[in-house]
Order: sequence, then structure tokens, then C-alpha cells
Amino acid sequence: MVKSELIMRLAERNPHLYQRDIERIVSTIFEEVSIALARGDRVELRGFGAFSVKRRAARVARNPRTGASVSVEEKFVPFFKTGKELRIFLNSLRDTPAPVPAAAGPATEPR
Amino acid sequence: MAGNTVTRAQLSEAVYQEVGLSRNESADLVESVLKEIEESLIRGETVKISSFGSFYVREKGRRIGRNPKTGEEVPILPRRVLVFRPSHVLKDRINGELSAKQPE
Repeated sequence: MVKSELIMRLAERNPHLYQRDIERIVSTIFEEVSIALARGDRVELRGFGAFSVKRRAARVARNPRTGASVSVEEKFVPFFKTGKELRIFLNSLRDTPAPVPAAAGPATEPR
Repeated sequence: MAGNTVTRAQLSEAVYQEVGLSRNESADLVESVLKEIEESLIRGETVKISSFGSFYVREKGRRIGRNPKTGEEVPILPRRVLVFRPSHVLKDRINGELSAKQPE
């Protein structure tokens, strides 16, 4: 599903709203999250998940082809941690394989 | 890092400011957007939001884990996990704005 499909689906469920407004709502949400992350803030959406920014320290890496050392500057990367409810929800529906009974597994004698 | 937390409340407020809906309706719409994304992911679809990133579901196989405290082997059952891949636009925005003002 891409953004335009998300907007279409929301429009179908909210026939009283203009599609133009739904577009603005969706864009505003992602824009706010992006602004917050760019500020270094965390975005926590209970049940859905949390976005945060992680710092990656500067390091000396190597060009794998030439073996030459390259210094990589410190950088910040966006990170998403799935919320508990969503994580459970993802595993509770349809084609999730039936859990294998623990007893049926290989012997777990400590060696 | 800066250390503030943005929640649904701020997102609803931003929607309220941006679109001419009531505060209540704005909050409901924020919720609907999240829900629509969740439902799509549960169906196993990938959700791609341009210039933000994409969410996709990865199937993980069964493996043997270990209880770090007791050393006991525990089977970890096959499961589905959600992965977020930020877009380059988002990564660049975060680096442009953060590294500019805080060398840390």
C-alpha cells in the first residue's frame, strides 16, 4: 500500500470528508513525525510503535574493494520499535503457523 | 538527544491546526490513519510512504534461543516482525538538522 492508496481507503471510510482534507491529514502526520525526529525528539504512538533517533559514532571503515581506510563521520539514524499490541496482532491472525508443542522439539539436555 | 516525546496528542493538534476539523475529529482521524496502516500490515502488505519510509512484515523462522539467566535452551517459534526502513529523504533530514547543531 502506498500513500495514495492509504488516502483512498481512508476516503472510502470517511465519505463525509473531502479527499483533499484526507490528503492533508496524512501528510501532516508524517510531516510532524519527520520534524520531531529531525529535532531529535522521540515519537511514541502507544500500541503502534515508537520512532526515535539513534546516534552512530564516527568510525574508521574500509573500502571493501580497495582495502583503503575511510573515516565515516558520526551520524544519526531513524529507528522504529514496533508497539506491543501491534506485535501481538501481527502474529495472531491467519496464516501464522500453528505453534509447535515445545515437548516435540529436540532433546534439550545440557551438554 | 533533545529528549522530548511527541505523542498522538501533538499529532492531533497539528492536524487540527492544518485542516478545518474539530479537535475530536482530528484525533479520530489520526487514529484511523494508524489503524489503516496496521490493518494493511496485518494482511501482510508493505506500506510505503514516500519521503518518509516503508514498513514491511518479515517472516522469521523457528530457531533455538537460550535463556540468558539459566542457560536453558528454548525454542523460538516462527513469527512475523515489523521492519521500518526509513527513506533517504528522512535520513538526510535527520542528519542535516541534527549534526548541524549538535556535535555532541
